[in-house]
Amino acid sequence: MSGFDTIIEGVLLGGVYALFALGLSLIFGIMRLVNLAHGDLILLAAYLVFSATTVLGVPLAVATLLVVATMFVLGFVLQRLVLERVLGDDILPPLLVTFGLSIVIQNGLLLGYGADSRRLQAGAFESSSVTLAPGLSVGLAPLAALVTAVAAVTLLQLIFYRTSLGRAFRATADSPAIAQLMGINERNVYAVAVGLSLAVSVIAAIVFGIRASFDPSIGPARLLYAFEAVIIGGLGSLWGTLAGGIVLGLAQAIGGRLNPEWQILAGHLTFLAVLMVRPRGLFPARRT
Amino acid sequence: MSVESIPIPASREDRSLEVPVWQMRVGTRLSRIAAVIGVVVVLALAALPAIASRNLIQDLIFVLTMLTLAQLWNALAGWGGLVSVGQQAFVGLGAYALFAGIVMLGLDPVVAIPLAGLFAALIAAVLGPLLFRLEGPYFAIGSWVAAEALRLICAQFKSLGGGTGMSISPGELSQMVGLKTVQALLGLRPAAARDVLVYWLALALAVLVTLGIYAFMRSRMGLALAASRDNAAAARSVGVRTARIRHALWIAVAFATGMVGAMVYLQKARISPDAAFSVTDWTAYVIFIVVIGGVRTIEGPMVGVLLLWGLVTYLAQYGSLYLVVLGSLAILIMLFMPKGVWGEVARRRHVQLFPTQRWLARSR
Amino acid sequence: MTALLDVTALDAFYGDFQALFGIDFELREGEAVAVIGANGAGKSTMLKSLAGLVRNRPDSIRFSGRPIGDAPAASIVRLGLALVPEGRQLFPSLSVEENLLIGAYGGERTTPWDLAAVYRMFPVLKERRRGAVTALSGGQQQMVAIGRALMSNPSVLLCDEISLGLAPIVVEDIYRMLPQIRAGGTAVVLVEQDIARALRAADRFYCLQEGRVTLSGRPNDVDQETIRAAYFGT
Repeated sequence: MSGFDTIIEGVLLGGVYALFALGLSLIFGIMRLVNLAHGDLILLAAYLVFSATTVLGVPLAVATLLVVATMFVLGFVLQRLVLERVLGDDILPPLLVTFGLSIVIQNGLLLGYGADSRRLQAGAFESSSVTLAPGLSVGLAPLAALVTAVAAVTLLQLIFYRTSLGRAFRATADSPAIAQLMGINERNVYAVAVGLSLAVSVIAAIVFGIRASFDPSIGPARLLYAFEAVIIGGLGSLWGTLAGGIVLGLAQAIGGRLNPEWQILAGHLTFLAVLMVRPRGLFPARRT
Repeated sequence: MSVESIPIPASREDRSLEVPVWQMRVGTRLSRIAAVIGVVVVLALAALPAIASRNLIQDLIFVLTMLTLAQLWNALAGWGGLVSVGQQAFVGLGAYALFAGIVMLGLDPVVAIPLAGLFAALIAAVLGPLLFRLEGPYFAIGSWVAAEALRLICAQFKSLGGGTGMSISPGELSQMVGLKTVQALLGLRPAAARDVLVYWLALALAVLVTLGIYAFMRSRMGLALAASRDNAAAARSVGVRTARIRHALWIAVAFATGMVGAMVYLQKARISPDAAFSVTDWTAYVIFIVVIGGVRTIEGPMVGVLLLWGLVTYLAQYGSLYLVVLGSLAILIMLFMPKGVWGEVARRRHVQLFPTQRWLARSR
Repeated sequence: MTALLDVTALDAFYGDFQALFGIDFELREGEAVAVIGANGAGKSTMLKSLAGLVRNRPDSIRFSGRPIGDAPAASIVRLGLALVPEGRQLFPSLSVEENLLIGAYGGERTTPWDLAAVYRMFPVLKERRRGAVTALSGGQQQMVAIGRALMSNPSVLLCDEISLGLAPIVVEDIYRMLPQIRAGGTAVVLVEQDIARALRAADRFYCLQEGRVTLSGRPNDVDQETIRAAYFGT
């Protein structure tokens, strides 16, 4: 059964990675922006939830709503005040600005919260498990992570393909100039996209923060896992990103089973192998 | 600096009438003065160990190695369009190759430095074709993933200290080439003499890399690269093999970056995967130097490294706050002074110490 | 009666390059006006200026008396000026129906044009509504582009070279819809290189040459020779 356990563990881990990846994939798809601070923003969200539950003492659900709203506004403002000024044909300025932001957030968190590990408290939920089959039980928290990831992808798909906001996103991604002729204010569309990306990241942060402890230094690794999930899954498809996250989770779980030191490395090597064999990812969008 | 002269021949009769001949030039009078000053500064720096304290020499090793890394990153990202945030990969590989050469093969450290560079270049040659498959900005994260994978692989070598790292005893380094000469010349203890030796190597590498990049940028390949960065499709259509030039640049930069890593860790004599592959130390600082000084100029990294040195001296004791300040400064400069401190000076005063633009001038 | 659209001494620039020199132009409610001229005469620049893709002095363009010369494109379409851009410029990520729906993104003006009305005018689009726009023929794509602009229920429809690259019979089909569009109260500006086609459909015309208006009037009041002179500058 231990092999089967590993696979279950990997699939559930993949749910968390897919959640990390959704926000990154979203803004790259809409505005070709690669946000190098993505992982640190996830960490920032985790710390904000931590503060809301411990300092303000509100329940986790309330904290989630508060921080989702906060991060959405932060993303909107970040785009309008900072990123908007550097987006253009030259890829260097946005990369450098988001890289600088990554360093600032990481060290800012270190100043504010110290280097100690923290964890989000979800009561009995985090340690309970469900029995799927005789001898096979999975933790409720990891299972909830995967369910949340599927729900998040479904919701984003609905927004993308069933709402006028989603049409505006896709039209702007196709051609910002022509989108303006439709009465679409591209600056607002971009700002909403970044806000949405950070709002989704809050969900990722909470799911992650309940499962594992975190400290300010681990943001960049979240960025790398998110990125690997996007590329393994294939650009331009949210379901592909979910699948990519699961492939990455599986690779890490299997690697870690062979040797605990190989867990992360196995994920990186799988990513490089996919890049070698299927550079467009395993499940790319049909349209080019 | 020198004048590249490509006279456009006038017809025979014209020449007899002393009609001016046009020349393609890249030098200015200021750049020639700067060249003279540059030679004087390098000679003064070379002679400095005769009077300088060991602390100053160690500081200058930091300045020179960071300058070299900044010039290399600027060439790669600024001119080449390959925005890597994984340069720590090649610093770490160079450092680990040096330690492997000394500990496992018993090589002389000075000999091991270029070999360490070659090793980094070899890995770059293998990784390049993979990473180049990633579209523009995604290449940045891809290079970071590669660096992380290499860090984890290096941590697997138990003979090199595994995850915790290792030190080389001073005894093992006491026989290295040139050390005895330096000791005798300056009357120093072995440890201080090793600093001086590394200092000279770092100075030599900084000068070579700077001049090499300058020569490259003025060459046809450099022009082709600049053209391809501005518009890859257009450059390809006029026959510039951009992919090949970029690949060559990537490997050459890895070679020199690997040598820097080897030198830095020869001086430290202690290595660990986390330090040698640190994104903060070997990429963040380097990017901040280039951004603050000025992207896409040779002078920018020089200005940037001196500013960083000043900031380190006053702020490094504050740790995290220092990085918050530095990161914020870099963001503000990208927003409001995107050409950096030197770029701003050059724009306002029309000065270029390392001119790369060509202009037509009448020769007499 | 004041004009719906009133252009006075419009100079338009692309960076340092001046494309239009002191253009005067007016359009009354419900009117169809053709703008003709050779390649590079400034026709497209003029439409782009009207649609807000090229910014100008505020009072050089007035719409219902309101200065809009420097207004952004997104707000101009909400006021009621819609552009059918040259080359159709549909959104490939959106289906046929979504391309039409996004035309109504502003959402403030809802009559007379809605999905049903556009499908009544171009029934073939209803059959292909779930399909990709890239799978449509050139003429069908042009119908989507026109339908998309109509979905914003404009009082002025700006058409940039809608016959470009289409077979004559298809062009004929598209022009046959013009009376229907005008019947809804929409004024039309037609930019065309095909002079005869444009003049037949228009109440009045302007001829541009090298960024200046060289002739204007009613098609029937001007003989061919005069138009040719204004067009080619002989």
